[in-house]
Amino acid sequence: MSHGLLLTFEITILVLAIFLGFEVISKVPTLLHTPLMSGTNAIHGIVLVGAMLVAGLGHKDTLTTIIGLVAVVLASANVVGGFVVTDRMLEMFKKRERREPDS
Amino acid sequence: MSRDVTNLLYLITIVTFILALRFLSHPTTARRGNWIGAAGMLLAIVVTFTQHAIVSYWEIGAGMAVGGTFGAVAARKVHMTAMPQMVALFNGVGGGAAALISLAEFHNLTPRPGTLTTDISLAIMLSAIIGAISFAGSMIAFAKLQELIRGRPIVYPLQQPANAVLFASVLAAGIAIASGAEQQWLIWALVGGAAAFGVLFVLPIGGADMPVVISLLNAFTGLATAATGFELENNVLIVSGMLVGASGTLLTVLMGRAMNRSVANVLFSAFGQLAPATAGAAAAGATDGQVRSASAEDVAVMLAYAHKVVFVPGYGMAVAQAQHDVRALADLLESRGVEVSYAIHPVAGRMPGHMNVLLAEANVPYPQLKEMDDANSEFPRTDVALVIGANDVVNPDARNNSGSPIYGMPILNVDEAQQVVVLKRSMNPGFAGIDNPLFLNPKTVMLFGDAKASVEQLTHSVKSA
Repeated sequence: MSHGLLLTFEITILVLAIFLGFEVISKVPTLLHTPLMSGTNAIHGIVLVGAMLVAGLGHKDTLTTIIGLVAVVLASANVVGGFVVTDRMLEMFKKRERREPDS
Repeated sequence: MSRDVTNLLYLITIVTFILALRFLSHPTTARRGNWIGAAGMLLAIVVTFTQHAIVSYWEIGAGMAVGGTFGAVAARKVHMTAMPQMVALFNGVGGGAAALISLAEFHNLTPRPGTLTTDISLAIMLSAIIGAISFAGSMIAFAKLQELIRGRPIVYPLQQPANAVLFASVLAAGIAIASGAEQQWLIWALVGGAAAFGVLFVLPIGGADMPVVISLLNAFTGLATAATGFELENNVLIVSGMLVGASGTLLTVLMGRAMNRSVANVLFSAFGQLAPATAGAAAAGATDGQVRSASAEDVAVMLAYAHKVVFVPGYGMAVAQAQHDVRALADLLESRGVEVSYAIHPVAGRMPGHMNVLLAEANVPYPQLKEMDDANSEFPRTDVALVIGANDVVNPDARNNSGSPIYGMPILNVDEAQQVVVLKRSMNPGFAGIDNPLFLNPKTVMLFGDAKASVEQLTHSVKSA
């Protein structure tokens, strides 16, 4: 694919993603705002993939690799922490039966 | 693995993220949604590892182990009450990663002139600027919520013009680089300047507004991630980052709406700063009553012989970890035939839905949790409204005093109940830093002390009442 074609393709999916993002969460109850914020927070941890690519590719100098590795550390904390915190919040939302008093 | 296969597998990851967001929008499926998203993330990481272009496996693996362990331990150890600052922290490191990737990529490409096309270098500038702002801003939000620095707005003369100038210089540096000035020092200055802007931008915002700020910075990190995707020509980063950017922006607007304020008002008004002036006006206008404090025994009798008691929890309950004790007190009252419910303000606590999470943790059945409108229609026939560490969300100034900074915010009308009991640590104003005439209302009595200790005493005294 030529560079120009790739770029227009990327811009196309970017714009579609904007609409998708609005659409998917347009009717969230207030109750779930916090877990949703935390969940999207975990999702942008995908930046880890970028950090891995930059840190891992050959043909580069030491400084690039070091900065890349620091990015890997930060992004991994984002991914793991993000999903675990969200899970801990959502654990609380289990539907619970009302305890009936013994009669 | 060929590039096509890689991209198709990345597409699966994208689909899992979309499903995760969909499922997160309903309480019954939310947890499953989060797991689906995590599985998709794992897939993307494994796929990235198998790319033959990657050479330094061990270093990357070690880096992931360090970051992942920190994330897991921090996320597991933290108390439910400290969740908001954890979200801020993890958001910040994500933004920091995006900024660092840009630095590394720029450093890697510039020695070979001509390799850096304008669109790539524009993407590098954007992700460096947005990522650095998100990193520094999130760290300040974290510090404010963790009370490492003052939660009150920090303001000084010419603050906003100075911030605007700083931001304009950062943008100018970005444009210079993108149009060909490929100087290493310039991008370091740009990242430093953007980080400084992030700090200065969040400092004047009051602690009570931090949830909205975190949500906004979350959207920023999403945008930085999408820009990183352009820089590395990677679809999964572009789509996932933009999904978060778009949904985070909408979420920020929805949160602002729940407080009846625009996002611009949250960001630029240094909310709560006018406190002393309006407090004086409020005290003069509304009541010049006195604060009456009561003992736990007095309040216990009031509760034990009531027909209907409504609990109004706030951040004070969260910080004292009193939710289990509150539940115990509610159970005890119910066993005496008192009708009990909980009135939940949408922004009580430091995050929307904060109270629901805590009370659910304490096994409070959710039919007893009343949302604001339902709760407000019940207050006139409520005997005792027991306010546990809530302040701004029950402040009648929001209804009556047009000079108050929170004027117009929908509140819980606890002052319509027959009697109001406020559990509070001291007479300090709430997080937004404004006085509350409810405390001077003749219907109100105060029970001072830590929320957990006070509720325990109440339970003890109700038993013997």
